[in-house]
Amino acid sequence: MASGASSANMGRGAAGPQGDDVRSDLHVVVEFSDAGGVQFELDSRVAGLYGDSIRETAEQVLNALGVANARVTIDDMGGLPFVIAARVEAAARRAGAEGKGDPRPQRMVTRDGPTARDRLRRSRLYLPGNQPKLMVNAGLHRPDGVILDLEDSVHPDEKDTARWVVRNALRCVDFMGAERMVRINQLPLGFEDLKAIVPEGPDLILIPKVEHAEQVAEVDERIRGIRSQDGDGHSIWLMPILESALGVENAFEIAQAAETVVALTIGLEDYTADLGVPKTQDGEESAWARRRLVNAARAAGLQAIDSVYGDVGNVTGLLEWAHRSRALGFEGMGCIHPRQIEPIHQAFAPTQDEIEKAQKIVAAFEEAQSKGLGVVRLGTKMIDPPVVLRAHRLVQNARRMGLLGE
Amino acid sequence: MNRPIELIENAVGRRVPTVVNGKEQTPFQGPGSYGPRGFKRAPPIRSCRDYPANGDKRVPDLKTALQMCGLKDGMTISTHHHLRNGDEVALAMLNAAAELGATDLMWFPSASFPCHAPVIDLMDQGVVHHIEGSMNGPLGRYCSEGKMRGMGVLRSHGGRWQAIQDGEVNIDIAVIAAPTADPFGNANGSHGPSACGSLGFALADSVYADYVIVVTDNLVPFPAIPWQIQGNNVDIVVEIDSIGDPSKIVSGTTQLTKSPDRLLVAEYVARFYKDAGIMRDGFSFQAGAGGIALAFVDFLKEQMKEAGVKARFVRGGSTQYLVDLMNEGLTDYILDGQTFDLAAVESIASDARHVPTSPFTSYNYHGKGNFASMVDAVVLGATEVDVNFNANVNTHSDGVLLHGIGGWQNCLFSGCTILALPSFRDRIPVLVDEVTTITGPGELIDVIVCERGISINPLRTDLLDAVKGSDLPIRPIAEIKDEVEVLMGGPPAKPALSDNPVAVIKWVDGTVLDTVWQVEE
Repeated sequence: MASGASSANMGRGAAGPQGDDVRSDLHVVVEFSDAGGVQFELDSRVAGLYGDSIRETAEQVLNALGVANARVTIDDMGGLPFVIAARVEAAARRAGAEGKGDPRPQRMVTRDGPTARDRLRRSRLYLPGNQPKLMVNAGLHRPDGVILDLEDSVHPDEKDTARWVVRNALRCVDFMGAERMVRINQLPLGFEDLKAIVPEGPDLILIPKVEHAEQVAEVDERIRGIRSQDGDGHSIWLMPILESALGVENAFEIAQAAETVVALTIGLEDYTADLGVPKTQDGEESAWARRRLVNAARAAGLQAIDSVYGDVGNVTGLLEWAHRSRALGFEGMGCIHPRQIEPIHQAFAPTQDEIEKAQKIVAAFEEAQSKGLGVVRLGTKMIDPPVVLRAHRLVQNARRMGLLGE
Repeated sequence: MNRPIELIENAVGRRVPTVVNGKEQTPFQGPGSYGPRGFKRAPPIRSCRDYPANGDKRVPDLKTALQMCGLKDGMTISTHHHLRNGDEVALAMLNAAAELGATDLMWFPSASFPCHAPVIDLMDQGVVHHIEGSMNGPLGRYCSEGKMRGMGVLRSHGGRWQAIQDGEVNIDIAVIAAPTADPFGNANGSHGPSACGSLGFALADSVYADYVIVVTDNLVPFPAIPWQIQGNNVDIVVEIDSIGDPSKIVSGTTQLTKSPDRLLVAEYVARFYKDAGIMRDGFSFQAGAGGIALAFVDFLKEQMKEAGVKARFVRGGSTQYLVDLMNEGLTDYILDGQTFDLAAVESIASDARHVPTSPFTSYNYHGKGNFASMVDAVVLGATEVDVNFNANVNTHSDGVLLHGIGGWQNCLFSGCTILALPSFRDRIPVLVDEVTTITGPGELIDVIVCERGISINPLRTDLLDAVKGSDLPIRPIAEIKDEVEVLMGGPPAKPALSDNPVAVIKWVDGTVLDTVWQVEE
């Protein structure tokens, strides 16, 4: 997939992928002219079905950006309206359009309200920010969360157009109950991302390559600033990604950097690169860092979330990794393909045995409570308070995973 | 077309021509309603004294063969598609006819492929008048644009047999490409460098055509075993260098889909088999070689192992996946209509449990029953499905004819017909208010499975009852259609079609189900 020219050529801008293998996307060229209004040259595989709609979508965006006269060439392979709007916006802005209107497509999905601080975060599916085709049906695969990624999966030349795609996706794509996360770029570019993304009310922002608590605090502050002008008052959660030796050393401070931090996670590609060692199948080289992260997260009352498993074809390897990960204290991990979601949910689910044991402990606790006893007993064993707490958590999680009746 | 074409509305509310290529037509009356009487067509009487006593029917080349068959203008010449996109025989034969100066031929293929696009030139030159058979890709577009002189007639594999048997189509010369043949005309598709598996599509032609020519690139001394085509029906044998490109005849391997959405569809279908009680010991099913169908077989296989059940028979479109199923003891037989990959070709040649079938055994309306209705469930695709469960496999939403029917219509008679498809492709909705062309009436289509859920035809209260309590996403079809429409940014515009019919879609009984209209350029 070739990418559109990003070189600023005043009066002319292009955006969107080109080539025979492009699907559900489009390439747009906007060239300003002196007169004659907006002239379209539209080549679309759905011209007969949606030709008028494509022109209408493009016109609305151009109008908002103050483009009155232009030649607009659209080579469309079936892009959905939110994609058309994003590509046209990127092309027009690259041409130098600076209108102050609102080019955003009409909102089609509403945010229900903030997600729970400690909601299930077993799986989070990575969706490259410049590949809208993958976003549309992502929710059908029932991940706990989706990550619209503006960082590593987006070519440096495409940061702007990915930003409009992700912003529009947050307005128009129904992720079917998945927590809507956005991974911004490394700071300071990430601050630009926040301006576009935060008004759309994502549930959570992932901050990459965090090494100091101040970085997190600043992101939190910026978000508050934007939300106070343009938002519904809901908080947006933060998940810092530790990807260096220094970041891991500072894990506990980072975990406490802001009230809105709900989880810590780790990026193993960069971390192993920082150590100067290869990343291996069983991950011995990152064992300490991952344990450190779990401990820091739990110390701050946060969830610890593991990295991704890179071999999509190897389900057995994924299951092994995920089981080990749960045993270490992680509560979830990333997915790079929808088929990884189900195995991960399986691996992070408590076993039937664990659930039954926990239920018995909870029942014993409730019985002790009702009898006004301070000591909880199960058979001949005395149950310590932390064991009761863990049993409560396990039963609650099992219920949220649908492993128990309500 | 000079004289105006009279149109009549049929039982599914579609306007269809009353006369097609000079022949009176019966409009579709509803599934199972039409029962013609009388006698089947018979080929002309021939006697063994007219053929060489030593059994050697060889002639030097195609032209000589055509001349010996009395090639004349306006004749009907048939070919078959078991060599798929690798076939070189159909074009060679039509070109030979052109060199002999023949014009106005009717080409009657069991299906055409993109490799047959040069037939467009022969139509432009007047050699071929029109095509009755599937028209894929460029040929379909040619027909859609109203450039063919006659009207296209699309039939299912079973419908082709029906039309031959009840005399609707008289084949003057049948040309059978044979991967292996002997000088007597015995032929098979299971052996030889161009092996393709079964020759079932050519069987009717070998029995009913006035003349039968077998063309082979692998001549063996009598007897060619097995004789899928019997030499006793064959007039002439021609040996040529190559009947086709083996790499396009069968793919080396068939590929599972990698698309997560399609895998989800396949998984839903497999789970539906289980939850609806279709998957039980001794059951049967049919699945083709499409990406979703292959993935479905893979999911079903795991479920069958887990449940400890096995199938009595599986109908193919056979592939490595079905062969594995049989070799792992999960089905007793493969009843094979078409062989798609090398593993399946090898299996059909060497394993007696892997049985070649024909449209006669499987699909023919004029048979005393057929296998299609004995299969417990089939998984099929479609280009469009509407809220009344009508489905289209022939045209795209822009009205252009791009695909044949194949065995698709015939398979609708199974115990449970499942269409497995994406709810949209890019920005083309697959679930719509009304299909562009009806290839299959909704009353025969039981279940639609897409990535957004599973819709069961309200007529199938038994299936609705069977899946009560299942955690599958069972949803009304209109609800999914609405959801897709919102995603697409509204309902699609209707294609601009003229009032000029360019092809008809036949139902399995020979009646006219729908019309393909010329597209506006």
